[in-house]
Amino acid sequence: MPKGIRDKVAILGMGCSKFGERWDMNAEDLMVEAYVEALGDAGIETKQIDAAWLGTAIEEQHVGKSAVPLAVALRLPYIPVTRVENFCATGTEAFRGAVYAVASGAADIALALGVEKLKDTGYGGLPQRGRGTLPNMTWPNASAPGYFAQLAAAYRAKHGSAPEDLKRAMAHVSVKSHDNGGRNAKAHLRNKITIDTVLNSPMIAEPLGLYDCCGVSDGAACAIVTTPEIARSLGKRDLVSVKALQVSVSNGTEAQHNSWDGSYFATTRIAATRAYQEAGIAKPREEISLIEVHDCFSVTELVTMEDLHISAEGRAIHDILDGFYDADGTIPCQIDGGLKCFGHPIGASGLRMIYEMYLQMQGRAGERQRQDMPRLGLTHNLGGFPHQNVCSISIVGRYEG
Amino acid sequence: MTFGILAFGAYIPRLRLQRKAIADAHGWFNAALKGQGKGERAIANWDEDAVTMAVEAARDCLTGQDATRVEAVQMASTTFPFLDRLNSGVVAEALNLGQDLATADAGQTQRAATSALMTALRGGPATLIVAAEKRPVKAASPLEMAAGDGAAALLIGAGRPVARLLASATRTADFVDHYRTPESEFDYQWEERWIRDAGYMPLVPPAIKACLAKAGLGPEAVTRFCMPAVLAKVANSVAKAAGIPDAAVADNLHAVCGETGAAHPLVMLVAALEAAEPGEKIMLVGFGQGADVLLFEVTEDISALAPRLGVKGHLARRKEEANYSKFLAFNDTIELERGMRAEADKQTALSALWRNRATVTSFVGGKCSKCGTLQFPKTRVCVNPNCTAIDTQVPEPFAAKTGKINSYTADRLTYSPDPPACYGMIQFEEGGRWMMDFTDVDEKDLSVGQPMRMMFRVKDIDSQRGFRRYFWKAAPAATGRT
Repeated sequence: MPKGIRDKVAILGMGCSKFGERWDMNAEDLMVEAYVEALGDAGIETKQIDAAWLGTAIEEQHVGKSAVPLAVALRLPYIPVTRVENFCATGTEAFRGAVYAVASGAADIALALGVEKLKDTGYGGLPQRGRGTLPNMTWPNASAPGYFAQLAAAYRAKHGSAPEDLKRAMAHVSVKSHDNGGRNAKAHLRNKITIDTVLNSPMIAEPLGLYDCCGVSDGAACAIVTTPEIARSLGKRDLVSVKALQVSVSNGTEAQHNSWDGSYFATTRIAATRAYQEAGIAKPREEISLIEVHDCFSVTELVTMEDLHISAEGRAIHDILDGFYDADGTIPCQIDGGLKCFGHPIGASGLRMIYEMYLQMQGRAGERQRQDMPRLGLTHNLGGFPHQNVCSISIVGRYEG
Repeated sequence: MTFGILAFGAYIPRLRLQRKAIADAHGWFNAALKGQGKGERAIANWDEDAVTMAVEAARDCLTGQDATRVEAVQMASTTFPFLDRLNSGVVAEALNLGQDLATADAGQTQRAATSALMTALRGGPATLIVAAEKRPVKAASPLEMAAGDGAAALLIGAGRPVARLLASATRTADFVDHYRTPESEFDYQWEERWIRDAGYMPLVPPAIKACLAKAGLGPEAVTRFCMPAVLAKVANSVAKAAGIPDAAVADNLHAVCGETGAAHPLVMLVAALEAAEPGEKIMLVGFGQGADVLLFEVTEDISALAPRLGVKGHLARRKEEANYSKFLAFNDTIELERGMRAEADKQTALSALWRNRATVTSFVGGKCSKCGTLQFPKTRVCVNPNCTAIDTQVPEPFAAKTGKINSYTADRLTYSPDPPACYGMIQFEEGGRWMMDFTDVDEKDLSVGQPMRMMFRVKDIDSQRGFRRYFWKAAPAATGRT
């Protein structure tokens, strides 16, 4: 096991745009909105940034390929800028690039910015995307909800869960996130809903109804990272540092080998185990204070609670209905509204989650601030489909070095 | 070793449009249709065409047969999806028959199949004759009521035939009862009474007489008389004129299927063979710019043929469709607003299709020769996490395997010509799995563990370039084979 990057890198500043249907904003405008906040928070100037990473997933919809759009939008001073894309883990990938650059010593200060401008398609839901010449010939004509909905069928079959019990726990996930989103001025969806709203919403992909699906939003989020030493030299106190960064990518086993039953994320289980090890966490259910997971769909959040080894296998329904993950529960999940309500501008999502951890750990989360200041927080992204995906996990926490 | 029909098969699509639905929609305009609103006609699903139906009929025909002995494939149709691309070549590739094969398409007439059959029965290579038809029909036309979609297949060759040819006769006459051209999408037809009086009656009985004379048999020897005709009672009139007993006139399947065009002589022949006893004499007539007449004798070996769905089994695999609007939409007779999601580019990289033809068209996967793991598609590196050997996979056909549903959904967001789009993970018992489209399913009938069979279907239609791509889909496994 490599030593990892625990406590080698600290967050110097973060920013996040308002998420939502930003009809009046180009992707570049959203980048600037997030960046201005982060730059002010870090208390540095653009010329101090040594390297930058841009994360966008559906670039054909807005900025196109390469890292040039970020360099132009922020007038970066001819530094190395790299564009990364890894499905919905894109934002965390940008963060990983910046963190690794600092940890390696190649950069003193690095920027990670994720952005997505999704609302230029002309229709609701995610844009249609190319999948490659051969997948176009052999993959089903599927949508994201259609792939994720299948978790429910397999989960029910494995655990013998009654469809209505699972559906009710899924509904609780969405109601909770809407409650949380209501306390977040930057969130896309801020309306309160009831269990019945979810249960009676139009069916999208059986058994996922409209309110089991996250928002499709425009937005940007960014992080400026450096070493704890440099952060202190710049006058920063109450540092938040990176404890672990792990990515696990499917190798086709789930899609082609019958060892996977379809009811869980093989990648998440592996990435979580590695991340806990990197962060030195032995009992996640007792040690983690706050989680932001990839709740693209309610059922994704539900099974992820087990894959993160926080709920025991087959027990997520009970933990959720018991309020374990509510804002006032034991480990709040999506205290900022999550993908469901904060919104899901794909390239920005991973960084938005870390932004929330950063605010919460510094007591700056306003109306939604957790009473006991969180010590360790976990963020999780899941890109692709249950049977073939990219999972990223980051653990950040208060720096006590 | 004797030459003849070694095996037969058929395919009738599952959806049966209720003719009353057509009559209800158009009776206000054409009152004559009201009287025709009885029974049902087979309609192809949106993802079926003459090629996919031919493949299914051929697979039915080859049940229990050694497919490697097929030396030639001939496909007959007047509704080939491709004008310049060998349609029988697609069928052969889907059947994974290999390249050491003669192929030809026969079209342009309603007797395309009977003529191809006559040629094959002269002796020579073991030939798979497949006939399939999906005729475009104008809304409110008589043909919309009378036609049906379907296919049939016969394996011709030396061996122990289930029926052997006693004699045949043929006539050519440029009698234009109807026609279709590249410029005219639909059939244009002349008066029905004229077709009967000036077409069938003068042309067919002499050919029957010539055929019987060659066989040295009288007309009373015929026990089953199979002659498609969209006009009612024409077959009875022809039989009477030829001296064939009226009891021998075979049902033209109008009530349950409709007239399947160039495929219909073979569909009727297969239906007759399914019911026939050894020793029976079956006469088959194909009519279209002349006539083909073939006389068969059923042999003792018919009872040894492996069970198959055939016409009877496919007719039983049936779902009533009372939504006439769906039929219009499936066939582009009306243009639905499909939504922006339907605008996604469906271009097929032909170079990639060729390179991946075993995967895409033949549904051949791989079997690791080191660890034995089956996988789809066949790749360079074994998927077994405990193996991952490189270049150890040998081809493994998956098309005939039955899988079961591991996970599924019914998707109303994604574009589908027939929403909701049902798809899911299909797991094969012996190994291998694939996330794939389902077809011929109803959302309410889906469940984890349900057995599914593979069917060759249209995957996408590239309306921008006029191309269509084919792939395999999962359909509920047929139960109660007849």
